[in-house]
Amino acid sequence: MGRKLDPTIKVKRGPGRKARKQKGAETELSKFLVDDDGPKKLSSRSRKRAVKRAQVTKEPKQEEKPKKGFTDENSKWLKPAPRKRKIEQSEEDEDSDSQWEEDDDEEGFDKKEMEEEEEEDDDDMVDDYGADEGDEQDSDGEELLPIERAARKQKKQTSKKPESDDDDDDDDDDDEEKDDLKEDGEEEEDTVQANIDETEQFKLPAAAERAKEGLLAMDLQTIHQRIRDNVDVLSHFSEKREEGKERSEYLSLLRSDLCTYYSYNEFLISKLMDLFPVSELIDFLEANEIQRPVTIRTNTLKTRRRDLAQALINRGVNLDPLGKWSKVGLVIYDSSVPIGATPEYLSGQYMLQGASSFLPVMALSPQEGESVLDMSAAPGGKTTYMAQLMRNTGMIVANDANADRLKSVVGNIHRLGVTNAVICNYDGRQFPKVMGGFDRVLLDAPCSGTGVISKDPGVKTGKDEADILRSAHLQKELILSAIDSVNADSPTGGYLVYCTCSIMVEENEWVVDYALKKRNVKLVPTGLDFGKEGFIRFKERRFHPSLKLSRRFYPHSQNMDGFFVAKLKKLSNAIPSAPRERDEEESSKTETAASSEQIQNPESKQQKPNSTPEKSNMGQKQKLKPKKSETPIITKKTGVKAENKKPDGAKKAKIAKLDGETSKKNEKPDKMQKVKELNGDSTKEVVMEKKEGSQFEKKNEMKRKNLLKNNTNRMGKNKFRKLKSMVGQ
Amino acid sequence: MRPLTDEETKTMFEKLSKYIGENIKLLIDRPDGSYCFRLHNDRVYYMSEKILKLATNISRDKLVSVGTCFGKFTKTQKFRLQITALDFLAPYAKFKVWVKPGSEQSFLYGNHVMKSGLGRITENTAQYQGVVVYSMADVPLGFGVAAKTTQECRKVDPMSIVVFHQADIGEYIRSEDTLT
Repeated sequence: MGRKLDPTIKVKRGPGRKARKQKGAETELSKFLVDDDGPKKLSSRSRKRAVKRAQVTKEPKQEEKPKKGFTDENSKWLKPAPRKRKIEQSEEDEDSDSQWEEDDDEEGFDKKEMEEEEEEDDDDMVDDYGADEGDEQDSDGEELLPIERAARKQKKQTSKKPESDDDDDDDDDDDEEKDDLKEDGEEEEDTVQANIDETEQFKLPAAAERAKEGLLAMDLQTIHQRIRDNVDVLSHFSEKREEGKERSEYLSLLRSDLCTYYSYNEFLISKLMDLFPVSELIDFLEANEIQRPVTIRTNTLKTRRRDLAQALINRGVNLDPLGKWSKVGLVIYDSSVPIGATPEYLSGQYMLQGASSFLPVMALSPQEGESVLDMSAAPGGKTTYMAQLMRNTGMIVANDANADRLKSVVGNIHRLGVTNAVICNYDGRQFPKVMGGFDRVLLDAPCSGTGVISKDPGVKTGKDEADILRSAHLQKELILSAIDSVNADSPTGGYLVYCTCSIMVEENEWVVDYALKKRNVKLVPTGLDFGKEGFIRFKERRFHPSLKLSRRFYPHSQNMDGFFVAKLKKLSNAIPSAPRERDEEESSKTETAASSEQIQNPESKQQKPNSTPEKSNMGQKQKLKPKKSETPIITKKTGVKAENKKPDGAKKAKIAKLDGETSKKNEKPDKMQKVKELNGDSTKEVVMEKKEGSQFEKKNEMKRKNLLKNNTNRMGKNKFRKLKSMVGQ
Repeated sequence: MRPLTDEETKTMFEKLSKYIGENIKLLIDRPDGSYCFRLHNDRVYYMSEKILKLATNISRDKLVSVGTCFGKFTKTQKFRLQITALDFLAPYAKFKVWVKPGSEQSFLYGNHVMKSGLGRITENTAQYQGVVVYSMADVPLGFGVAAKTTQECRKVDPMSIVVFHQADIGEYIRSEDTLT
């Protein structure tokens, strides 16, 4: 049974066992200056050392004799360089003791061993350098501390070992590892000796070796080193490449290494390699491994940033203003109290919010008295920010499709004292029907989350092509609904901000580009002067040049979650499916009934599907396909291609009619022929042949299908699959 | 969403007047517009009339919250005031209680206020009077009911309860789900 620990009784404790005390300069100095051992009390260690010192002065001469086998009288003055011998000695020590035995004259075997051990001990732990060792060192012109000598010994030993191992094994990858090791080892030695061998090359392992690697677990260190070397080679490709090896081989090795090292799936790594140059890619991946700093936003409805900062500092929080670009943001470095539970938090003076989430609201900048819609509001950070910018005037509609997450919106709105908000639970796509005519709309679309990998590492392995496309599809529908909910004639507004926490081009620039084509909107500057500009072109896609006004944010460059922000202004309330084609739409509508007519204007087809239900089916299918783009090759996606070949019968006819949005006139004659053939018989082959003829046709088909349907009827998944199977894909 | 019936209005105003007395009319006639109470899913919401108009466009099952929720009516038609109403009670409160920094946390966890944690209390507080609880920095923490009159508070021993806890801002974390 122990004593009861009473915290109120404080027992004073003296210095512990290991506490050191300075007694004062004189006493310290006296230790150095006084040499004699007599009056001094020696500790056990110092006693041992003294003994050894005494022995060493005796021993070296005797030991050297037997080792070298000198028996003549020169031994007294003839002293060979000890350093090298001793290193050799130590190696020999390990190999065999028999040599000593043979050379042993007077001393017993045991004693010799002891001496050797002692000498070795000496090497490792000696405080003073033995007299003759000191002399010989100086004569060599190099001073090596005993530790350095021991290190060299060790190095030589280790360099011996792998070679012996390799000799035993027959596996290729051992050779490869040996190469790596040797390279590493060589590199180390090179740097130690300050001779960087520039012909040292990063050797690309052969395919067979790589296959074997899969079976052997390579340690992360080696992989990391290999990644670094690979990146180095790729950055200076012409100088550092191996002869006969293609860049693609290096890239594929890098890809698999990155997947292993950072735990991503192949798909995501390939996408990232398309987005970033190789060196930036490494930065991005590293940034995703660590958390972004915690940031809070002051609620100006209840307090000021200055006062809040003061109150939090009093509680023991270490913070700083977020940056020049924000007047309400604070970044928390560390805190002795939980930031999400302080009385200031509970009374609604601030909100925990990521720095990147400030940006879309700053871009939108809602004014007092306006009516604003937030289509994907949960958990309510942006909604409340908008409310504080509007000073609780006007009206905000906060909508989210997920009822559970809406609870947090309610909580946050009440906590922060927002009084002008209405919270509802609709699917965002229903919005213009429920209510429209908002001055401003914010759409923070649900996305794949590739920008917030640091928050959710599951994204690394959980996302694939289908997920991205599904998100993109949903986002396109949402952005159209959002645009339709804005009132273009609003005196103060007419703006929409579209943002995602993803860095994928399919979810960002592509969606905005789609909106530009489908509605009377244009991009305007976001008002955010930092961040990277959006892409105008990406791989085979080309976007509208105004996409430059959108902004991208990355974790490795702006130190905030990956984000994309685009601000659009609505020019007119009329809903065309595509802005330029409004005039032709009416004429095209009349033609839809007649099946075998070619339409003069490529663009006008979009309206047709509305008139007939059949077409709507097609349209829905096409919905799922990637959106049209001005130029090329959307069809390269396999899913898309399948859809292209769908048509049969009447549908084909429709497709023919709905041909093309692009202004390429040379397609028209092709289409004419196609239409006639389609009408003649409903074989796909004809269509195929035609398609072979020109890539454009495929593209047109896709576009048609895309344009065919508006958001209203969507074909369910089953129907789509049925159609697919009908078509025989 | 529907307006409150007379009985419901009466019950609610009775409850409110426990805390803010006759200042209720200040809640309804405000300089920046007229506000009203509406009932939706047994909860009472306080909103301006502009918002009311827009909220009527939303269908009943999709509407989650409008303006500020003051509280809810129980199955037996009793009115329970919620913490979300604090922002409107605090400025008009007639009787206030200030809590020492040490027992602030305790109150935020849902405990009653003891004499040892009592900092200040308004004069002439009657027993069982509704009070609003503040921290020493004048931050409203919640509301409750006075267990003792001001005079008694001076005399009573440190471990006895002086304010019964009814709602506190810690509930935003503890019972986020029940706010709606």
